[in-house]
Amino acid sequence: MTTTNLTSFRIERWTTASVVAVCLCVAAIVALAIAPAVLGAGAVDRLTALFIYIVLAAMWNALAGYGGLVSIGQQLFFGLGAYFTIRIANLGVDPFIAMAFGAIVTTVIAYPVGRFMLKLKGGEFAIGMWVLAELAHLLVNLDTLIQGETGTSLISLNAYDIGLRRNLIYWLALATMAGLLSALFFLLRSRTGAAIQAIRDSEEAAASLGVDAIRTKRLIFVIAAGGIAAAGALWLASAISFQPKTYFSVQWTAYMIFMVLVGGIGKFEGAILGAILFFLIETWFAAAGVWYLIGLGAVALIFSLVLPKGLWGYFADRTGLRLLPVGYVVRE
Amino acid sequence: MLNQIAQAIVLGGYYALIACGLSFMLSVMRVINLAHGSLLVLGGYFLWYLGENYQVSPFVGLLALVPLLALAGWALQRFLLERSARGGELLPILTTFGLSIVLDNLLFEQFGADTRSLAPYIGDLAWDSFELPGGIFVGQIGVLTLVAAIVLLGGLQLFLSRTGTGKAIRATAEDPDTAGIVGIDARKASAIASAIAVGSIGVASAALGMRATFDAYAGGAQLLFAFEATIIGGAGSLWGTLIGGIVLALAQTAGAAIHPQGFLIGGHLAFILVLFARFLFLPGEFTYRLRRIAGLAK
Amino acid sequence: MTLLSIENLDVRYGQFKAVRSVSLKVGAGEVVAMIGANGAGKTTLLRTLAGAIRPASGRILFKDKDVTALSAHERVKSGMVLVPEGRRLFARMTVEENLQLGGLVKRGGDWSVDRIFSIFPNLVKRRHAKTGTLSGGEQQATAIGRALMTNPDVIFFDEISLGLSPLVVDQVYASLAELLKSGVTVVLVEQDLKRAMAVAGRAICMLEGQVVLDRTMAETSRDEITEAYFGLKRGQRNDHGHGMGGAH
Repeated sequence: MTTTNLTSFRIERWTTASVVAVCLCVAAIVALAIAPAVLGAGAVDRLTALFIYIVLAAMWNALAGYGGLVSIGQQLFFGLGAYFTIRIANLGVDPFIAMAFGAIVTTVIAYPVGRFMLKLKGGEFAIGMWVLAELAHLLVNLDTLIQGETGTSLISLNAYDIGLRRNLIYWLALATMAGLLSALFFLLRSRTGAAIQAIRDSEEAAASLGVDAIRTKRLIFVIAAGGIAAAGALWLASAISFQPKTYFSVQWTAYMIFMVLVGGIGKFEGAILGAILFFLIETWFAAAGVWYLIGLGAVALIFSLVLPKGLWGYFADRTGLRLLPVGYVVRE
Repeated sequence: MLNQIAQAIVLGGYYALIACGLSFMLSVMRVINLAHGSLLVLGGYFLWYLGENYQVSPFVGLLALVPLLALAGWALQRFLLERSARGGELLPILTTFGLSIVLDNLLFEQFGADTRSLAPYIGDLAWDSFELPGGIFVGQIGVLTLVAAIVLLGGLQLFLSRTGTGKAIRATAEDPDTAGIVGIDARKASAIASAIAVGSIGVASAALGMRATFDAYAGGAQLLFAFEATIIGGAGSLWGTLIGGIVLALAQTAGAAIHPQGFLIGGHLAFILVLFARFLFLPGEFTYRLRRIAGLAK
Repeated sequence: MTLLSIENLDVRYGQFKAVRSVSLKVGAGEVVAMIGANGAGKTTLLRTLAGAIRPASGRILFKDKDVTALSAHERVKSGMVLVPEGRRLFARMTVEENLQLGGLVKRGGDWSVDRIFSIFPNLVKRRHAKTGTLSGGEQQATAIGRALMTNPDVIFFDEISLGLSPLVVDQVYASLAELLKSGVTVVLVEQDLKRAMAVAGRAICMLEGQVVLDRTMAETSRDEITEAYFGLKRGQRNDHGHGMGGAH
């Protein structure tokens, strides 16, 4: 039969699994918040890195998976977030407050950048962003405070006791991650979120429904830039030293792409899964040096060819399981 | 001043040459190959290896390199791009980016951090120059590179406009489904286009190694130069790419004249300015803005 | 001699069956008109024959060979060509280049760019114009010429008069007269019943994806075709064994 009785469909957002998952997430964040009490210094530092990776993955996923915008230049915002933190801290501002301002200033800059760059399409946008990152890198090098490629440090952090500092950065990273993930979660579930997902599915169809695609893309662009800038500021806080070459390296975007491709592009849970996998791979294999990087590139390449929806996409398609529901499921 | 302009034009020829394959692929396949720079450096190492171990001149080495790269280009289309394009137009960007990471690091693993040059294998050509009127000296390698760029871009333009295969490639670029209905094997046309685009990188590889040094991670910067030259010249136009390369080099030269570290900044700013102009002069955009300034539109 | 034979062809778009178990034979040299309302499945059937759409099931035999699995360009090579609905010219290429594209299959035959120009003399002066700038009639002539350049054994015309003024349609058909007499096999989809009856030797009517009438023009009448077109006569359709829900 070609016609089906509509009443036999049911539209679902929350499933039992997703309610449990959200509760578990909240519990995990609470547990992570009190974890420094029992964890060693090394573990706290590593977990800080993990939180930053999750932010990076979630932001690049927001851009590519929901905004349909592939950028190879997100290191632009990572570097600028760190650079402005240094710049503002140099004015005598407390380093932790400088971090917040560093992220905010970068977010403000991202708005005109987005307005301009979003006129480019596809591959031109992707590499155009990379050119901007290179330009920002060169301009930052001109700042005498940075001393070119020699770089500088966020020395004012030394005013804090080393143990307290480690924990503060850890909590800040955790709070940033939790804050950005929930913000993204609720954004995707809002009216705008429905628009975002409509654009991803079909820009033409979305436009015919009155969705302003370009405005929505600008919003995602600015959110992603701000999140990545915050990640850059956090990375600076935990590494202390700032060398432009390290922060403006395309490697950061390569990591983001790896995490999202492996985890599942356009899947909220996928980016988190990808970041955790990347974190584990890095922990176990980073010592392999150049072969580790070859492996990362090869895995990303293979996923783009064989499993373009990533592990979570594959898993979710197979099982219908959704833990953090940002979309709807129509069930018969 | 005149000297600097002459040098910039010669350098622009190099940018046009490295942009050739990228521009060709973008114009006829609508794909930006992010592994372009890495393949360029791979070719450089290939020629260096032949010279270092077998005393083969890079010019002779090209006879092997170009067919090998063409084969790689064919394989790139058949095994990577064709497959990833099914997942949407954005996926090939990620696929070729992954490929570039693999290539760069494999080259580093194999050849280490030392910089290499092809200059030792080309004899006097490495430093000889031509004297132009006005006491301006331009390196012979530079002139050769510029000539190679003109010949290659012109040759590709002729190939596309005159030969049956060229027309089939253009038809496929415009509408692959209809190409099939007319009897054109769209898969084959795309694979040939990719083979030509990547094969042409070999000539640029020789220029890269002859005029300067390179290392395993040089591909990223070369990709950006090639991309900037392509976009400045107007994506989709092969002759434009030659102009784009020269404009890029002139902007870099001007940047360097203004500030000791301004060379690359000048090039990037020229790229952004050209984008700005392009957006401003989009059909209807300019008049719309004028009307807006005049208060006629909101 | 049977040139083209279709056996139990089914074509689907997702859940929707656009063509339902169609079987028919076309002999060499025949001119067949496919008639039916919009959405009856004629265009889908032609595009499936040309290889632009894959059938869900069924077979297509051409010159006694199974071509069902061949891709579009391979079918052109074997001698079938489609003049698609809406012309689908390469707008960034010139008239001459569009024609030359058809010649790339190198099947061998009488058709050349000059011969195309001789049957469509109005194209000569537009030889080097980009096809995006042509009038509708000129575009249609170029599209037909491009298909002829492949030296086909069978040619499928999909709605060649669509979007053209009656005067231009007259010109296009007048130009085709020579072609139709030359012995090439033609299957054409045409909305204009009078014109279809004038050029074709046989009428095939489709309704909701099925063949509801298949007669030579001599055996049928305008009234019978019209009835089949609208699906008015239940009895007749039952004769053909296609019992299905009524169309209102």
